[in-house]
Amino acid sequence: MSIEVQNLNFSYGSRQILFDVSFSVEKGEFLSILGPNGVGKSTLFRCVLGLLSGYTGRVLVEGLDSRTFSVREAARHIAYIPQSSRPVFNYSVFDIVLMGRTSALSPFRAPSQRDNDRCAWALDKVGISHLAQRCYHRLSGGEQQLVLIARALVQDAPILMLDEPTANLDFGNQLLVLEQARTLAQEGYTVIQTTHHPEQSYLFSDRILAIQHGRVLTEGTPAQVLTEETMRALYGVDVSVVSLYQDQARICIPQKITNQEVTP
Amino acid sequence: MKQITSTHRRIVWLLGIGLIVCILGSFTLGHYPVPLSELLGILGSRLGLPIQPFWTTQMETAVWNIRLPRVLLSVMVGACLSGAGASYQGIFQNPMASPDILGASAGAGFGAALAILVGMSSFGITLGAFLCSLATVALVFWISRHAKGDRVLGLVLAGIMVSSLFQSGTSFIKLVADPTNKLPQITYWLMGSLSGAKWSEVCFVVFPMLAGLIPLLLLRWQLNVITMGDDEARAMGVNAGRVRLWIVLCSTLVTASAVSVSGMIGWVGLVIPHMMRRIVGSDYRYLMPGSMLGGGIFLLIVDNVSRNATTAGIPIGILTAFIGAPFFLWLITGKGDHYEH
Repeated sequence: MSIEVQNLNFSYGSRQILFDVSFSVEKGEFLSILGPNGVGKSTLFRCVLGLLSGYTGRVLVEGLDSRTFSVREAARHIAYIPQSSRPVFNYSVFDIVLMGRTSALSPFRAPSQRDNDRCAWALDKVGISHLAQRCYHRLSGGEQQLVLIARALVQDAPILMLDEPTANLDFGNQLLVLEQARTLAQEGYTVIQTTHHPEQSYLFSDRILAIQHGRVLTEGTPAQVLTEETMRALYGVDVSVVSLYQDQARICIPQKITNQEVTP
Repeated sequence: MKQITSTHRRIVWLLGIGLIVCILGSFTLGHYPVPLSELLGILGSRLGLPIQPFWTTQMETAVWNIRLPRVLLSVMVGACLSGAGASYQGIFQNPMASPDILGASAGAGFGAALAILVGMSSFGITLGAFLCSLATVALVFWISRHAKGDRVLGLVLAGIMVSSLFQSGTSFIKLVADPTNKLPQITYWLMGSLSGAKWSEVCFVVFPMLAGLIPLLLLRWQLNVITMGDDEARAMGVNAGRVRLWIVLCSTLVTASAVSVSGMIGWVGLVIPHMMRRIVGSDYRYLMPGSMLGGGIFLLIVDNVSRNATTAGIPIGILTAFIGAPFFLWLITGKGDHYEH
């Protein structure tokens, strides 16, 4: 088991955000955490990453309680790919990726040639070697996201956590980034993403965890979760779920539209 | 990227060579001219080389007792202010941060003014400024611990408030100080000057300065990671809060040391890191040593102007503002740096 979350509760002051959340992720699995805005997805994400510590319950990372990790140990287990990163200063793509090597260095050291080689490997892997010398600020959102993925890869952590990786991207870049995430899962990385998009979770992930009001609403394969009942419970809207290409894809269409079609 | 990185490394080395050239050049400048050969002879013999003196005793006194401490002090103060500025800009992720952001300068000014008011010796003034500067930043830190919400914002706000408090304290001391001798002395100290630099001052500040500069150089890769924000830094294995604390400690130590011997010298800590970003890029592996060397060169050149332009000697704090402000305007209105393509 790569990650196991047991009975997680979290409160900001007197406001409880997460209620008894439990789930687990296998090695090499691509899990989507699906849910509307403000239901605690990010909080859950931050608890698992170790960025928030005031929770009750347990987060086991490869069988070890993540509370016992030092900051560096945690970084060697889990790599974080933020939704977007806007560094104030002007770094080259290569420098940004190189920062992912920090957890492998002792505190007073700067990266060596071996670290440079590792970065070249990661840039090549996500297919952006040609961007290495470019200024990070000048890249498109999709390219920036790929740089952040490359940075996570050089961290040599078996678990990758992506926080709404497609939220700021156009359609083509969304697919590019999700393809990349799925490829990494197939290669043995454990990949967890939070997302707003039920259709994309269906297309790309192995399992979906649906969160509503800080609780696990349902969990299962995409086919089990992406149903009309779950979508209604999750987002509070009536949709028709249409299956396409022998159920390889499913799309959600608002029922207002589908009703019009039936009764012209 | 390999070419860019090695170019940046080469520029840092060139700055180092440039600093040595500037130091040697600065000795030969002055009201009492010392040719380069005599200069090298004096320095060599002082360092224990068996050289038969072919220079006059006045020359040796001028070089060893007057010019050398002043040159060393201006290089050290410039390196410290600029290095501290670059560090603060990194940990606060704000290119407008300068070494006085946490009140180090305001505290030093107050300490010096108080020491002058009670009639301490010049060493007492330096010590008062140094201790008061450290105490001010400690106070700012203590207040920020109790601030609600964003820790970094709390730190900066506490810095602004406490600075302003100590500045009014300084103003009050100026108000009650004897206007015939003490008030001019306070005013002159606050303007910032390196005239009257002595070996005792060099010896007093060299250790705290090194104790601050060396960790700043060692932590420069971690500083890169911190500029990405606390969450990302933590996820990459850097305990941002702890590293920031160390960097604030070291930067404060070097700022307090610099200000305690030089008075208020503005602009160096803001302008030089900015200029260096254009020259060696934002990567702190090169920016940190580049800023220290660049700050040393800049302040040395400005001090040479201050020393030689007029017989009275314009205080260096006034000159850095005269040179720094227009230069900064030129920088921000000039073309974007070469990195952006």
